[in-house]
Amino acid sequence: MLKNRHIQGWLQASPLTLVLIGFLILPILTIVVVSFWRATEFSIIPDFSLENYEFLFGSSVTYKVFYATLKYAAITWALTLLIGFTVAYYLAFHIRSQTMQIALFLLCTIPFWTSNIIRMISWIPFLGRNGIANSALQSWGVIDQPLEWLLYSDFSVILAFVHLYTLFMVVPIFNTMTRIDHSLIEAARDNGASGFQTLRHVIVPLTKPGIMIGTIFVLTLVMGDFITVRFMSGSQKANVGRLISNDIALLQYPSAAATAVILLITVLIVIGILLRFVDIRKEL
Amino acid sequence: MEKRPGSFYVLSAVFALFILFLYGPTLTIGILSFQGPTGGLTFPMRGVSLHWFRDLFEQQAVGDIWGAFRRSLALGLMVMVTTVVVSVMGGFAFRKRFYGSGILFYLIIASLVIPSILISLGVGLIFSQLGFKIHWATSGFGSQLTWTLPFGLLIMFAVFNRFDKSFEEAARDQGASPWQTVRYVVLPIIAPSLIGVGLFGFTLSYDEFARTLLTAGSYNTLPLEIFGMTTNVTTPVIYALGTMTTLFSLLIIGAFLLTVWVLGKRRARLGSDAGKGV
Repeated sequence: MLKNRHIQGWLQASPLTLVLIGFLILPILTIVVVSFWRATEFSIIPDFSLENYEFLFGSSVTYKVFYATLKYAAITWALTLLIGFTVAYYLAFHIRSQTMQIALFLLCTIPFWTSNIIRMISWIPFLGRNGIANSALQSWGVIDQPLEWLLYSDFSVILAFVHLYTLFMVVPIFNTMTRIDHSLIEAARDNGASGFQTLRHVIVPLTKPGIMIGTIFVLTLVMGDFITVRFMSGSQKANVGRLISNDIALLQYPSAAATAVILLITVLIVIGILLRFVDIRKEL
Repeated sequence: MEKRPGSFYVLSAVFALFILFLYGPTLTIGILSFQGPTGGLTFPMRGVSLHWFRDLFEQQAVGDIWGAFRRSLALGLMVMVTTVVVSVMGGFAFRKRFYGSGILFYLIIASLVIPSILISLGVGLIFSQLGFKIHWATSGFGSQLTWTLPFGLLIMFAVFNRFDKSFEEAARDQGASPWQTVRYVVLPIIAPSLIGVGLFGFTLSYDEFARTLLTAGSYNTLPLEIFGMTTNVTTPVIYALGTMTTLFSLLIIGAFLLTVWVLGKRRARLGSDAGKGV
């Protein structure tokens, strides 16, 4: 009986399965159920009511906030892709010694293992009204008045997203690039391709799986975020995550749950589309 | 050696700027945490002092920082050990291609992409509806695992995809039992990667915010405590705390990386040169 690989496999995967059932599947199911409940000021009442969704879809705030969320996601994606691809390309094709490659790669990844909150806080002395950026620009005579939009604005939110999440592009893209057979690049060159043509027609297509995985990471992290937007906008901007967390703060759990369900569906649709372009299991 | 193309120098400059972008802000608050007692949140420095660090150790008006640190440390270690054990077992399981492994794989991916506030909200709701008390070591612990386990498993998949099965076959041919094969052949080979899994487990837990927000209960973990401070503390004491936690993280990262490096050296020294040719 224990020789059966299916049973053995499930036994070995059982702790994993239990954690995922208890802390992933059940919580999501609970959210779906609670999204149909009703709430008073003090408690939540089991029910089957569509009022949370009716309110959600009937409010213009919802559409604005979803638009803002997608806008943050799109801009952050474009910037992280551009920077991430460039950095990965440099590491994979311009650094010749492997030791150096590993060292520089680690240099890029270390911030990922430190606190996101601290990394957000650390932008304050840069972007504030009397911060480094404003003083520098003023002393160079570029501006007369301090720029007000540096901190607590869409700019600072996106800057923080790029700061926190570019790494999620660098790692998968670098990983795919290091597996590109260098003879393909030599072949392109021997056939007369310019550096840019090689990049455009050989490297980019071969790097697509890494780009897709990085895209999945960045989009889901930005779409599900609430803390970066809250902190970096000084509570002046909103995205879907903040809508949820505000409802939670007001103990309006059913309403928070309904918003969460719509957010989840949005994220899953995006991921579903992206997964059509990449087989993650093959890329590991 | 081939001559460097012009693009190399341009890209080197871009890379240097990227590194400055990554580390610059953290270094800045590192410097500002040594502000003099009358200094503010931005430059100029009004003297250099350890005033704000002393503040951290003395007054506790801003909350229970040290208690939060101890809880985060304990939770990080719990999550680390669990992540390593569960990921290794999961990694072994997935080598068997059992029925339903495809579904489980997609669940792992789902765990990675689901917005963390959903986990926080859902786990919080379950605990409150069932009448359990939320606590960092129960609900917080489980919620964090949904973030650390996918990373651990992805590393294990990558490791086992590159694993040379002939080592196991050789062990079996020499009469090793399945357990002996795992204990004396497979585990030593994958040990450096396990340290990597441990690093992810600890640091992701130690810094986690969103998943513990609604699941930590009445006792805050360190990131929650720090976030609480951002709303009501307007002195460089928050930079001092940031610098301390970052240094602590760097220490941990350094320890893990050093272990991997030492293991690699040891392996190179003790390894056989069989098959390397004359």
